[in-house]
Amino acid sequence: MGVPKYTPEFGPQAHCASLCLAAMLMGMGPLASAQPPAPLRFGRGREPRPTWRDRMSRGLVATGRGVLFVGFVVASAALWAALSVALTFSFLGFGLLLIPPALLAMRRLANLYRRASTAWCGVPIAVPYRRFRDGRDGTGRDGGDEPEGIWRHSLRLSGKLLSDPATWRDLLWLLLDPCVGWVLTLLPLVLVLWGLFGVAMPGIQGTLRSGGWDHWYAFIPVTGQLTASLCVLLGLVFIWSGLRSAPWWLRTYGRFASSLLSPTPKAQLALQVGHLTKTRAEAVDSGAAELRRIERDLHDGAQARLVAMGMTLGAAEQLVVDNPAAARALLIEARDSSAKALAELRDLVRGIHPPVLADRGLVDAVRALALDSPLQVDVTSDLAGRPPAPIESAVYFAISELLTNASKHSGARHVSVELRHPGPALRALVSDDGSGGADPAAGSGLRGIERRLATFDGVLVVLSPVGGPTTITIDVPCELSSPKTSSS
Amino acid sequence: MRVVIAEDLFLLRDGLTRLLEAHGCDVVGAVGTGPGLLAAVAEQRPDIAVVDVRLPPSFTDEGLRAALQARQEFPGFPVLVLSQYVEQLYARELLADGSGGVGYLLKDRVFESSQFVDALRRVAAGGTAMDPEVIARLLAHSSGQRSGTLASLSKRERDVLALMAEGRSNAAIAERLVVSERAVAKHTASIFMKLDLAPSDDDNRRVLAVLAYLGR
Repeated sequence: MGVPKYTPEFGPQAHCASLCLAAMLMGMGPLASAQPPAPLRFGRGREPRPTWRDRMSRGLVATGRGVLFVGFVVASAALWAALSVALTFSFLGFGLLLIPPALLAMRRLANLYRRASTAWCGVPIAVPYRRFRDGRDGTGRDGGDEPEGIWRHSLRLSGKLLSDPATWRDLLWLLLDPCVGWVLTLLPLVLVLWGLFGVAMPGIQGTLRSGGWDHWYAFIPVTGQLTASLCVLLGLVFIWSGLRSAPWWLRTYGRFASSLLSPTPKAQLALQVGHLTKTRAEAVDSGAAELRRIERDLHDGAQARLVAMGMTLGAAEQLVVDNPAAARALLIEARDSSAKALAELRDLVRGIHPPVLADRGLVDAVRALALDSPLQVDVTSDLAGRPPAPIESAVYFAISELLTNASKHSGARHVSVELRHPGPALRALVSDDGSGGADPAAGSGLRGIERRLATFDGVLVVLSPVGGPTTITIDVPCELSSPKTSSS
Repeated sequence: MRVVIAEDLFLLRDGLTRLLEAHGCDVVGAVGTGPGLLAAVAEQRPDIAVVDVRLPPSFTDEGLRAALQARQEFPGFPVLVLSQYVEQLYARELLADGSGGVGYLLKDRVFESSQFVDALRRVAAGGTAMDPEVIARLLAHSSGQRSGTLASLSKRERDVLALMAEGRSNAAIAERLVVSERAVAKHTASIFMKLDLAPSDDDNRRVLAVLAYLGR
């Protein structure tokens, strides 16, 4: 198996209401909304060839987005000015206080860029900042810190921010973006406008020429109505090439942004180590918690019953000669106790490692789950082999919890579970026809499932609009063991 | 009654053998593996096999698969499967051929030796004996939204069907529900009708009803 891939996380919401508004007007949804982790893409599904109209409308959207980016470019320039002021005044002392807010503002802006690049340019950019010890990257609101002098705080924060190489790369970006950004983002618009000018040429050439214009449109000398009509043709070519190339320019801009704003390989490794440390700690924690639960269950359940059984048998032994009837009653009680102890052990084992999972593997275990569910559950699968045991178990318990959720909260009648392995990952799709509105952020069990899957670099994607239906996708990268004929 | 036992743990195998012999059964083979069971069945041609689900060499559902294979080779061959767990999935697989002579019980049921031997005799005679836990788990859910033919049954008819699945006779069901045997016969007839089971050999219809019950 390869090195687990770091999944990009986006920082807290940036505050740039006007840009969000503009984005919404462009029909792209608010920029600041957290993007769900993109599901892994499998196979090479070929999209249908775009029609001429598709291309043109895509070009228009891309041109519009390019214009919106100019807003960013202006913001970069303004921030650069603010930083310069802060640095200049730091020699006077109070400028030091300005440095952390300016740097944090820069991070917010850069994060906004990253999201915009992901959403608009199709070039995803991960957040490269080192985590502070409290787990935040500094772009969130501060809160709960112990009070300390404003100077000390400012110096400490500046030190932290400036020791992160990502800050310096952000600064470089801030410097270069106003120079390069104009060109890359506005070029399509300029081409379109220039083209429109050409198209309008027959109508305006008279006025223009009388106004002392040098009568060149690109390489066409405009001398009369005939050459003006040639300008219309050329103008159309300009408009076409502007719209046609707009998405490309936008992607190029995204790549340019990515070259500076993406984590460097070193930073990526550092982030990956951070991610691994976190998931490992969680795995160890949940393992320990599980052991504690098992210990407690055994102690309070089966163990206690066996002790009681021993005592009952002892009492029966005393009574067996003098009062056989009473002894018999005690023996029956002891037998019942043993049956209850067995039942408790059975439930416990079911919670640790369900027998069907051990016997038959994931698919039949999920089928058994489906039979035990109060809902109508359909299970389909095209798994040719078995995933590694720990992943099998994690996915089993995840599906089990999702089915429980569906029957408890969603009001669904029908659930379908699909198990597939279309490439690099095991994928489980659990969809129900319930009322929807499941939200991992609302403190439901979904977060717990997500955490446990994260140990295996698994991803949970929830699609649950209010009113339903709910579709939950689990992807866990893994290989299947050698194919075996599925029993069914 | 000639019995073959397949159980890998010596203590349990020995205990079962003694228990069955105490109840007048003739234990003609006691083996510890799945392949061993098939060989013993082919050689001894017993009246019934008592099989543990988990057997070596794979320590998975080896015993269940061996039992199913034995029933494939000798159609209708009665098997009583014992397990630490009962799973609806396995119960359905055992009943799937619809020919009866199938039992699926928790190992705990052996404690009540006379009831256990009763179940054994019923299965050997071509009936069924499903563990009450399989049925309890089904009942817990069939009252929910799960649709199907079962939903058309009345509460009392479901009780009767549940006891039928455990393999009890009409007389035993009447005793358990404290009603007359005629009332039970009326309920069973109504169940057969609602589940659309053509009048035929009553035993077979009982198996089919249980199958409908388990197979939603």
